[in-house]
Amino acid sequence: METFVFFYFASIIVVTAGLVVALKNPVYSALALLVMFFHVAGLFVTLHAEFLAIIQILVYAGAILVLYLFVVMLLNLKREEHFHSQLIVGLFLGCVLFAEAVLLVLKGETTLGNNLAASAAPIELTRGNTESIGELLYSTYLFPFEVASLILLVAMVGAVILTKKGILEVKS
Amino acid sequence: MDVPVSYYVVLSGIVFSIGLVGVLIRRNIIIILLSVELMLNATNINFVAFSSYLGNLSGQVFVFFALTVAAAEVAVGLAIIIALYRHSESINIDDFRLLKW
Repeated sequence: METFVFFYFASIIVVTAGLVVALKNPVYSALALLVMFFHVAGLFVTLHAEFLAIIQILVYAGAILVLYLFVVMLLNLKREEHFHSQLIVGLFLGCVLFAEAVLLVLKGETTLGNNLAASAAPIELTRGNTESIGELLYSTYLFPFEVASLILLVAMVGAVILTKKGILEVKS
Repeated sequence: MDVPVSYYVVLSGIVFSIGLVGVLIRRNIIIILLSVELMLNATNINFVAFSSYLGNLSGQVFVFFALTVAAAEVAVGLAIIIALYRHSESINIDDFRLLKW
């Protein structure tokens, strides 16, 4: 049953990821990405990461994708030529990279599995997923958490500065 | 857990490769940013799979940070796209060769 659910989610994820790259219209690409985000969230639920599944839907589907659609709407795009001229090289490079990854996984699986099994001391999850993550976030990862807030602040200021008029216009 | 962790690794490898190919072959800057999102999601799948496999929640915390960085990247990237569009009425990647020689 779990395997069936995994293959359902995995196939939809792969197909929609392909559609994101292959579709001509940016709006359709964004909608394909939306479907992919939902299925990644489903995959997270099967992996017992319920908090991240909800965050994935809220942040990615709710905020990031809406931002993309707003920009597509603002820019009033013309139809343009589909693919870059280096299509063949790009496809070849992607296939090589993927083959390399599969080879590494197949070759290293036995040792990887052994090391993982040896080092794994499974923590009993008596509390909920959200509670455990929150405690970890505010104790062990407190400093990275603060740095993340700083990154968001910098991004916010940067976005405002960049979209101000007169930054990139040619001076004449 | 029924599904072996290598399945998740292969899935994330496929999605990452698709994202890489998308970055290389598309000319529309918006689609290139969407492909970068694909790659970030591939790493997130890996993080969560290993976190669940090892029974260690740190992987999920790192997905949280990756999400933060992705949000910042999208905000700055889209601001740059809007500035570029104001500059030259186009978001075709071939039109911007200011830093090429």
